Amino acid sequence: MTPPLLDIDVSHATGGFSLDISLNISGQSAISGITALFGRSGSGKTSLINLMAGLARPDRGRIALGSRVLFDSERGIDLPPEQRRMGYVFQETRLFPHLDVRGNLGYGMKRRGRNGQLASFDHVVGLLDLEYLLNRHPDSLSGGEKQRVAIGRALLSNPELLLLDEPLASLDATHKNEILPFLERLRDDPGIPIIYVSHSMEEIVRLADVMVLISEGRVLANGNVEDLLSRLDLRPLTGRFEAGSVIAATLIGHEKKFGLSRLSFAGGELLAPMVDLPLGTPLRVRIRARDVTLATRKPTAVAAQNIYRGTIVQMETDTSSRTEALLDIGVPLWARLSAKSAQELKLAVGTRAYAMIKSVAIDGHSLGRQRVIGGASSE
Amino acid sequence: MGKARLTVFGLSSMEMEAIQLSLRVALWGVAWSLPLAVSVAWLLARGRFPGKILLDGLVHLPLVLPPVAVGYVLLVMFGRHGTIGAWLFEKFHIEIAFTWRGAAIAAAIMAFPLMVRAIRLSLETVDRKLESAARTLGAGPADVFLSITLPLIVPGIITGVILAFARSLGEFGATITFVSNIPGQTRTLPLAIYTLIQAPGGEETAMRLVLISVAVALVALALSELLARRAAARLEA
Repeated sequence: MTPPLLDIDVSHATGGFSLDISLNISGQSAISGITALFGRSGSGKTSLINLMAGLARPDRGRIALGSRVLFDSERGIDLPPEQRRMGYVFQETRLFPHLDVRGNLGYGMKRRGRNGQLASFDHVVGLLDLEYLLNRHPDSLSGGEKQRVAIGRALLSNPELLLLDEPLASLDATHKNEILPFLERLRDDPGIPIIYVSHSMEEIVRLADVMVLISEGRVLANGNVEDLLSRLDLRPLTGRFEAGSVIAATLIGHEKKFGLSRLSFAGGELLAPMVDLPLGTPLRVRIRARDVTLATRKPTAVAAQNIYRGTIVQMETDTSSRTEALLDIGVPLWARLSAKSAQELKLAVGTRAYAMIKSVAIDGHSLGRQRVIGGASSE
Repeated sequence: MGKARLTVFGLSSMEMEAIQLSLRVALWGVAWSLPLAVSVAWLLARGRFPGKILLDGLVHLPLVLPPVAVGYVLLVMFGRHGTIGAWLFEKFHIEIAFTWRGAAIAAAIMAFPLMVRAIRLSLETVDRKLESAARTLGAGPADVFLSITLPLIVPGIITGVILAFARSLGEFGATITFVSNIPGQTRTLPLAIYTLIQAPGGEETAMRLVLISVAVALVALALSELLARRAAARLEA
């Protein structure tokens, strides 16, 4: 039995805020992929990774990374940050202004030695496309470039775990999209497990396999991204993530003539815009509630390809007279319609209905590659 | 001796001697006090210990005390019969009082507060988040100081060094009290100027030494500005 990636049980109080975290992150998806720490700002996400990295000291508790104990108040263990082997990518990058990019990248590499180094200098420079920046100084870099250098610097310090603290938060939309592919490469590049702190569900859905929900200094839930997103009790926290559903699917075929791909998921088959990936690739599909409409009788002759039968398991109407219905079609699927239509169709919890998804409505961007299906255990 | 003229810029050997001595005293004073100034500045900027205010006051004392008083205290301590002076002489046969070394010590002590202040200010502006970032990359505290903190405060160190150097060149009161006014040993530029105006007919030479002092000071300041700019440019690039 492999030890968990992270085993944390700590209490920490600063100012008026108290952190009380009990968290066990394990399983193949966490060890070989991205685990997201999700929560509103002020929920304690950054405090938690500071405790992990040794930049703050918990009042009591225990932190273990794999089989290494980093902190244990009872046994009097408190490894300094330089011995914890956690690569930390800070939100504000914290590049060293007196060193050029090469110097920044080499800083951790020189100190942590090259023994057992997972990623060579050249490999990381290639992975993050840093070659043309090597002789530049941090001040002359764009936000996205700085962030890439910061990631490279952390990677090259030969860490056992990479902590990314909202790496996209300070970037505008253009630069976000510039960095995302690099983060995907980082995730798919074998080797280092990643803890990704974010308050953006969109980023998490695109990047992470496992998610930990944090609220007011406590862990609320810990598990697969799809599982947590479909849990109704967590919805107040996960938010109306563009009021949509996230579904795990597998690529099973192409209809080149129409520029479509066929996906298989727990509710049947789904037509999506053409994805140029090998058949059998696991994918994650995001479907916005407003792109799903409902009918009580099987629709014929409609301009939607994806039609599924299911039962309404929940309904809510908001103040602007919009109703959202959660339909169980084998997977949870959110649909949005006007309150008027909902009433006319006599929709209620328990009603059997047909959901129609416009195939074109599936956002190609959200087809995050899901590599490992299987879970993280939660405590 | 004033009659034997050297031909370098038409300066007499007495004038050359005073200039060389002044530079030597100031350079050594600054060189020896720099490591101490960095340590004290670090303690004052980062340290949390009882007696910090006392240390702060002690460092600044030469700035507010009459220089003559500082010179007198030095004489009491470092003179042949002073506690430190006697010990140094017995153990190492080093004489401090009435030698150029004493002049360097006097200059260093008078300039110390200026140097500490400049370095401390610069230390306080260092982003400590950079230091914690370096820790996560595998650098221990001493390593972080040498590889991150120190390079970042180079502009402050340069400013401190130049201020201290300029202050040392002008040191008069503490020097004349502590090490007297011995030609070739302790007669630095200010002391030479003072001596010349005391004697009849020395005004012309005194004026020349004043002008030389101005020139030396200007060169030093220009050099510091240049170095500080270069250092700042390297940081900002």
